[in-house]
Amino acid sequence: MSQTYLSYNNIISSLGFTTAQNIENISLGNSGIEKIDDKKVLQTPFYSSLIKTDQLDAAFQKLGSSIDFTRLEKMMFLSLNDVLEQSNLEITAKTGLIISTTKGNVDVLDTHSQFPKKRAYLAELGKQIQQFFEFKNEAIVVSNACVSGILAVSVAKRMIESGVYDNVLIASGDIVSEFILSGFQSFQAISDAPCRPFSKNRTGINIGEAAASVLVTSKKENLSPDAVEILGDGSCNDANHISGPSRTGEGLYRSIQSALKEATIETSTIDYISAHGTATNYNDEMEAIAINRMELSDVPVNSLKGYYGHTLGASGLLEAIVGMQSVFNNTLYASYGFDELGVSQSINVIKENIKKPLQTFLKTASGFGGCNTAVIFKKVH
Amino acid sequence: MKIENYISNYCHIRNNTVSVNGELIFKEDSNSEFADFSKKGYKQLNLSYSKFFKMDNLSKLAFLGAEYVLNATKIDADDNVAIVLTNRASSLDTDRKHQGSIQDKESYYPSPAVFVYTLPNITIGEISIKHQLKSENAFFIFDAFNADFLHAYASSLLEKEKAESVLCGWVDYDGEAYDCFMYMVSQKGQRKHTTNELKNLYKNKD
Repeated sequence: MSQTYLSYNNIISSLGFTTAQNIENISLGNSGIEKIDDKKVLQTPFYSSLIKTDQLDAAFQKLGSSIDFTRLEKMMFLSLNDVLEQSNLEITAKTGLIISTTKGNVDVLDTHSQFPKKRAYLAELGKQIQQFFEFKNEAIVVSNACVSGILAVSVAKRMIESGVYDNVLIASGDIVSEFILSGFQSFQAISDAPCRPFSKNRTGINIGEAAASVLVTSKKENLSPDAVEILGDGSCNDANHISGPSRTGEGLYRSIQSALKEATIETSTIDYISAHGTATNYNDEMEAIAINRMELSDVPVNSLKGYYGHTLGASGLLEAIVGMQSVFNNTLYASYGFDELGVSQSINVIKENIKKPLQTFLKTASGFGGCNTAVIFKKVH
Repeated sequence: MKIENYISNYCHIRNNTVSVNGELIFKEDSNSEFADFSKKGYKQLNLSYSKFFKMDNLSKLAFLGAEYVLNATKIDADDNVAIVLTNRASSLDTDRKHQGSIQDKESYYPSPAVFVYTLPNITIGEISIKHQLKSENAFFIFDAFNADFLHAYASSLLEKEKAESVLCGWVDYDGEAYDCFMYMVSQKGQRKHTTNELKNLYKNKD
């Protein structure tokens, strides 16, 4: 069976338009979350991590397109363009395109949108990206709630292993819209302060926006310096509740087990866990239980939601890319916003940046519909 | 060595008609709305599952399709059955409903009971809960039924031993138009699991 790697990558977020800029800000302890008072988005003020529109438009102009695209498309084009430029990849019939998003261009459903309603179809978003970069294959759109970004990595790996593609580009993204904010508000899941994953005083999530992209390849030549091998993956359902996580962390536990079994490694070799950590009561508690059931409670763990908020369909991939930088730089990054442990089971939350030799990390995510995904990565160089 | 996989059972729900393995199960007159039609399906299956009535149309459609295929397949509780579903319109039918509840600032009524269904993979959650399937699952969007992808992805799950069987399908609900084709892939069955077979079965006009 061929190996698969995550290679060249990009993050477009409030913390920068390249992975390097994002990591610079994380290592300095800068969060992208701020109070937003914009009645065009929501009637009441909220905390979020938003990309500055003027910066986005200025960067997009450099791509030289004369056609107007949606906000999300601009973010995803810029992100994917950076990966294609870095990797110098030639797009062939064996190059796959995977799009990860929860809601895509759902904002065009608003009666004030200047874009046609058909743009809300996710395959339409796929087409825009396919045509812009002249991909030969139809985009595979993964829309599996909050695990989409990391599940897309599993899907890319599986498509490469079965010989469908030699390499796959994943573009992930979601924007902050009234559609999303009003929905999470109706669930009373939104925090009225910057989020504090795993903390005693956590009060819910912040929604953020980002696009993240990566090249997934089976070719060991021309890998990026920060490349990681995908050792194993699993995506198991809780079969418990459509909007609440399992009390026993069953699906996440099974997902991690499935990934470990495929990776044929012991839990003791995992140096770091990049958790989901949305800062809702139930999610963080569920994760702590699953981590303990896996006997991973001593492994350093963080949630990056304190820097970005929950970036939905981008989050899993964005956080895996930050994880790649973490092992590449041999640095554990602080779980921003954490104060005092607020889950019933002990976990080892990273309180400040620590330099430490790192090889292998586990990325997890969980979401509505009872979905969970776990993927294990190992540094190549 | 590649293992040989087969399609054991399949179901179509379209044009107010349900058929399993090509045989007509029941038919409503073509003017009947999906709400009534899906209720008939629920009754025909002799279900007693109140959660069904809280579901949105897309979940009802997927749920019924899964019931018919899983009933015909007779799975055990500890069988590792993965679920891979696809469609065109994602959850747009319910997305439009949620958008309608927030469009007018004077009449603003977003509801968690609606919002939760603005994700297509909730369908998988509903099926998993009913059948206690704590297994591999994923939802994908394509412009049209994509036999090549479904074939490759299900084969990969079976080959890598991530699952013993895979419940696959196309479940689309958009406005009043709907289409459901679901099938089970495993090492048991008569029909070989090939993209051509899938294309033919999908087109099967009832």
